Parts: sequence; structure tokens; C-alpha cells
Amino acid sequence: MTEKREAIWIARDLSRCSGCRKCEIACSLFHEGRIWPEASRIRVFMLVPGLEFPHFCAQCEDYPCVEACPTKALSVSRETGAVLVDAKTCIGCGNCIEACPGKVPHMHPTENRILICDLCGGDPRCVKVCQEGLWNVLRVVPRRTHSYRLYARRPEEIACDLAIKIYGEEGKRLL
Amino acid sequence: MIRGYAGKFLEVDLSSASFKEVKFSDEILRDYVGGRGLAAKILWDRLGSRWETVDPLGPENLLLILTGPLTGFFPGGRICVSGKSPQSNGVIGSTVGGEFGVELKCAGYDGIVVAGEAEKPVYLFIKDRDVEVRDASHIWGMDAKQTVATLTKECRQLLKTRYSQKGEWKEPAILYIGPAGENKVRTAVVAAKWTHAAGYGGYGAVMGAKRLKAIAVKGTGSLPEVADIESVKRLMQEVCNNAYGSELWRRWGTGAGGYDVGAKTSSEPVRNWQEEWHDEKSFGVDQFENRVWVKQYWGDFGCPTTCLKLAVVRSGKFKGAITDNPDYELQAYVGTNLGIFTPEGNVYVASVIDDLGLCGIQTGNVLGFAAELFQRGILTKEDLGGIEPKWGDAEAFAALAKKIAYREGIGNILAEGTYRAALKIGELKGVDVMPYAVQVKGVGVGAHGIRSEKDYTEIYSYACSVQCGDHTSVACMPLDDFRSELMMAFHDSGVYCYFNVFGLPRTLVFDFYRAVTGIELTKEEWVNAKAMKIIQLQRAMLLLGGPDLKWRPEIHDDNPPRFYEPLPSGPFKGKTVEKARVDEEKRRYYELVGWDERGVPKSEILRQLGLGDVDKALERLR
Repeated sequence: MTEKREAIWIARDLSRCSGCRKCEIACSLFHEGRIWPEASRIRVFMLVPGLEFPHFCAQCEDYPCVEACPTKALSVSRETGAVLVDAKTCIGCGNCIEACPGKVPHMHPTENRILICDLCGGDPRCVKVCQEGLWNVLRVVPRRTHSYRLYARRPEEIACDLAIKIYGEEGKRLL
Repeated sequence: MIRGYAGKFLEVDLSSASFKEVKFSDEILRDYVGGRGLAAKILWDRLGSRWETVDPLGPENLLLILTGPLTGFFPGGRICVSGKSPQSNGVIGSTVGGEFGVELKCAGYDGIVVAGEAEKPVYLFIKDRDVEVRDASHIWGMDAKQTVATLTKECRQLLKTRYSQKGEWKEPAILYIGPAGENKVRTAVVAAKWTHAAGYGGYGAVMGAKRLKAIAVKGTGSLPEVADIESVKRLMQEVCNNAYGSELWRRWGTGAGGYDVGAKTSSEPVRNWQEEWHDEKSFGVDQFENRVWVKQYWGDFGCPTTCLKLAVVRSGKFKGAITDNPDYELQAYVGTNLGIFTPEGNVYVASVIDDLGLCGIQTGNVLGFAAELFQRGILTKEDLGGIEPKWGDAEAFAALAKKIAYREGIGNILAEGTYRAALKIGELKGVDVMPYAVQVKGVGVGAHGIRSEKDYTEIYSYACSVQCGDHTSVACMPLDDFRSELMMAFHDSGVYCYFNVFGLPRTLVFDFYRAVTGIELTKEEWVNAKAMKIIQLQRAMLLLGGPDLKWRPEIHDDNPPRFYEPLPSGPFKGKTVEKARVDEEKRRYYELVGWDERGVPKSEILRQLGLGDVDKALERLR
């Protein structure tokens, strides 16, 4: 890794996800010091068996969540491009959830604050375990000028697409 | 309180739709750990005194859904389902992979004890401490895929409405039964994620008898605190690194066995075990891989191996069949055992079995049995409701499986499982059909034959197992052999996937146990004291049996008659197992586990283990 951090993005290949949820384990161990799936900033949804996928922040280029925050608890990291949550300022109003095209942010299970991926300061633990397991669903790439916002999608939308891609015509009736 | 446990259990009485939280003492948890061990203890304490009269399909049976201290920590999440088994009339610790155990612990429970019987179909919805018995009339009758889809939607909606500020709710984990369980079919499973099944034991029928269609749980807490988090992290990494380096199961799961076990070790059931060898390259794992796999790695919580694969048939007459790629047991039991040697036929029958909530092993066993009776002219097309189960006819076998799940015609007899069906058919036809029943004490044997003596099973493995035909709990000497059921009882009681143990030092699981719970445990202490207690309890309840059947060890601690016939084909053609050798090994095994010459646990060992009440109860048999 170079000394000067450049903004990154987590490239994602959702149809390869094994559903092992190691990303949730790694994320919650790193951020919460324990295994806590619902407090993980990356969550693996399984709306249809076999179609597991990780749901997490896409760092939209226009950051609508940051815009929507009434207390300025959310900001964009100049180093990594991640959305940072100031836990002390966050009032847990949920405006950022509404503003997010993918409804990605979610409340901490026991504290009144929102959870959003902070890219672990540039070295995301979820990617590490995914790479270690050779699943390659998640991969760190430099952040460029692509339309990252396209990746902020609701779980139902993603599940529906994957159902058809993986199970074919039958896929629709499985949702 | 011992670390690694959530600290309480949920007890639900379906007869009164009430529930309460219960606790077990540290002493009990230390001795019986969780899962299978704890199940044996709970069942003995609550039903032991009148075991023989407890109907497994009656309201007094308990359905136990138990995690263990290692659930969620040891890579590869599972949950243990138990109760009085409608197959063996004993106790089987039947574990199933999935997210349920983790979700339950995160909700704050180490397990669920389900008592009584609901008046109408219900399901249980648990969100942390909020527990609700809900109407299930709208999902009663649904197959696996419909059940999962409907409940996933319904429960997410409930979460959204009741706990609104949370954002998108992740789905709860669900255990459910299919139509087979609803109809109290003795080969029905308690299932998860369409294809994951607690099969051995027949607990789907127990759940159905209680009119409990499903349990959905959402837990928002963390996994319990452990004694030594740094060691837990280190051990998790060690388990994962080992699995990542092991190509075989990561790549193929056990799915290379469908060809290999037949062709190489010659211990695979072929046409109801008439043979144990085949060399059908059409059934090679490459064929599955190239023709039907749509996802190569699929796994449960924390699993580095992800031995499951997803399969879809894209064209031909089985187009649209979806299931996980049959693992070895299903390749064997709803493949070769039925004379089916194509991935498409195998995937199709497996998908039908999964959708109906049947056990692939037990149902494949009884289907093979029926097909052999048809081959021999003992059962006719008329007897079979117009179906002709010719070897290899996947559609005929799927049709027969449906009859079993709905208990239609002959299905009503076959739904009783191979042994009970054999008794009934023998009576109806006046012919002894037991020679074609490949089962031990009510449980169809797993797909690892003993005749070639090239597989991991020993010639006395099934005959002496307290879980009978269960290939995941075989009797084996020495008692601390890694295959032995006393060692398997640790995995089933800690409740995690033992596939992630292969290749690791055999003591690692005890290090893991200590890191999670803070309790020192050696392999010797486990085998000689704790597992020994569990095995004696299971043996005692198996022998007490009833109410419909009772086992006599001198007759029923034996192999199926077929295993004494010489292998008719393959590299070990002519090889058989001599009864005298089996008897000799049995005597040695009895001696080691402290059973008398009749197979009944001796007073001496029971007293030594502190099981005086079991000793007293066994006076009824001595």
C-alpha cells in the first residue's frame, strides 16, 4: 500500500456471494469488538436462498445521505471517500435512510445512531476476508468518476435481479 | 455463568400458546454442553420415567431446537433438532446447517423447548424477547420454496411495522416443515434455506404433529461474550486457513462421491443396495459441475468451506428444477440407489424431495425398498397406485415421493419409513420383505456401506450406534477415534459443522471450547466421562423405546440382512461380512462402552457416571 492513501471503492460481484457472512463477522469484530451481525456495516441479505448478497454503502458521488443529515453528523472522508458518522452528533432520525436510494444505512441495534460503512479508514476488513476466502465478491479499487450511485439499490431490487440471473424464469416465483 | 451461552432457553407450550424463559444450571451445561448432549439430558429428565408410553407424534413429546456454546464461533453454523424420534423411538441429535442458531443466540436464547400441540396450524415468531405464536393456516400446505418466500416477506413486514426506525430489515432465520412434516411422515425433515435438513430422527413429523409449521427468529443482539476473544479469533483463523488450503471439499463438497464412492470404495447404495459398485461416468462430478451448477460456493454462517453448490436444470424434461447440488448422500440415495445416473434426474428428484420437506436419505431408502419389491413382483403397479418405479425412472420416483408426502395410497404405508413399511407390507402380502429393508432400528442406513470394508464405516458401526443407521454417528473403536460417535457427540453438542475440523489437530475443538466457555476440557475427559454419559442416556432411551416398537439388542443390534449377501459386482465382487465377525466386534464394543452381553448398559458404569436413575429405569429391561 502506498503511503498516501487514495480514495477507494469496494467493487462488488454480488452473484458470486457464498452467503458465508464472514464480512459481517469481520466488520463487527473490527468496529464493535464482538460478533454482531446486526451491528455490522455490511449486511448479507438472503431474501431468496442461494441468492445471498452483501448490502453496504456505495458512496454515491452526490452523497444524498450527507445532504439529508439535519445535524451535520455525516461527512465525507477526504482521504477515503467514505461517509463518516459522528456518533455524538447523530440523533438517529433516519433521514439518511430515506435519502439513500438503496436504503443502506441502518440503526445501531442498541444505540441511537446510524451505521454506515466507513471503509475501515481505507483498509476494509470485509474485503480482506472475502479475498482470503478466494470468493472475490468484494475487491478494493481506486475511486474514479464512475456512477457509483447505481450500486445503491434496495435489497428487494437486487434479489429480484439475481433471482432471474441465477435461477432463470423460475426465479420470479421464489421471491 | 459460563461464557459462550446466551444464558436462557425459551420454552413454548403450544397447547396453551404460552411461553416462558427457562435456565439450566452451570453443572448441567458443563456436563451436557448443548445440542445433542443437552437434548438427551432434557428428554431423560422430563420424559424418562414414562419413556415407553410417550408417543413421538403425541402432544407429550418435546421438540428441542438447541444451539451449543460453539455455535456462531466455530466456523460453519448449525442448529440441533431433537426429541423422541418417531423413527427409532430413541433420541437422535439431528443437526442442520444455516443461520438459525446464530440468529437465536443473537435473540438471547440458547435453545427452544417446544411442548404440547397447537389446535390449529401456527408458527412461532421471535424478535429478541418478543415471542408470538401466530396463525399459520395460510402457509399450511405450502412447499419449502413457498413457505420460505411467504414467511420471509411476512416477517420482514412485521419487523418494519413494529420496529419502524430501523431501516431495511434483514430477513429472519427460518426453520420449517413441508407437506411431509404436516402429514406426520416419519421420513420428514425440519428444514432451513430450502435444502438444508435435519433429517435423521424424523423430527419434521414431530413438528407437524404439534401443528407447528415454522419458527422464524430475528435477533439483534451480539453473540454472547466469550472467555477469551483473542484465542477465539486466532482459532477461527486457524480453522479457516486449514479449510482454504483443502481443495477437495471447497471445490466439490461431498459431490465427488456420487461417482467415487461407487467406483472406488464400492460402498455406495445402487438399486436398493443390491450392488454397491458402479462405474457410471455420466454421474461424475465434472458432469454436475459443467451441466447443472450455477453457483460453486454456497455456505452457512462463517463457513470457509462452503461445500454447498446450487444447481438448476436449464433444459429437457426436468427444466426448472432447482436445488443445491445434491451432496454425496443425496447423489447416492435419490440417484444411484434408484438407478438414476444423470445429474438432471438426480437434481430433479432431490428438488422434489426438498420441496416436500422429505429426508433424501430416509425417503431414498424407502423408495429403493419399494422399487425392489416392484422388481420382485411383490408390489404391483396396482398396489403402487399406477406408478411403476423402474430403476432410473426419475419421474416415477418423484411421483411416489409425492404419494409419501401426502400419505396417498401406498404412500401412507411407505410414509412410515422402511422398517415399519416392511412390517406392514409383509403382513399384507404374507411375504417376509425384511431382507430388502436396508435399515437399522427404524433408521435407513447412510450411504456408506460396510461390505467392501474400504469406507470409513466398520462392520459393527450401524449395528451398535445409538443413532442407529445415522452415518454421522457411527460406533467405532477405539472410542476416541475421530469417527467414533463419542467424538461426533462433541460436534453435535457444541453444535457446529464438523466438516471444518478435517485436517486439524483433533484436540483443536477442545481448545476452541475452552476459549469460548473458559472451561478446560481434555479429549479423555470428554470421551470417558461426558460423551459416555450422553451415549448411555441415548442407549437407555433407545432400548426403552415404545410405544409402537421395542428393540431387542440380541436381534436388532445387527446389520440389515443385505449386508450379509456377497457383493455381486465391482472390484470387491464376492466380498461379504461374516456374522460371526460382527458378533465378535459387537462383544468388544459392548465391553468398551460398558454394556452387558445383551447390550444393556451395566449398573456399574451407570452408577460410576452418576446415572443411578437410568440404572433403576433399566431394571425394566434386565
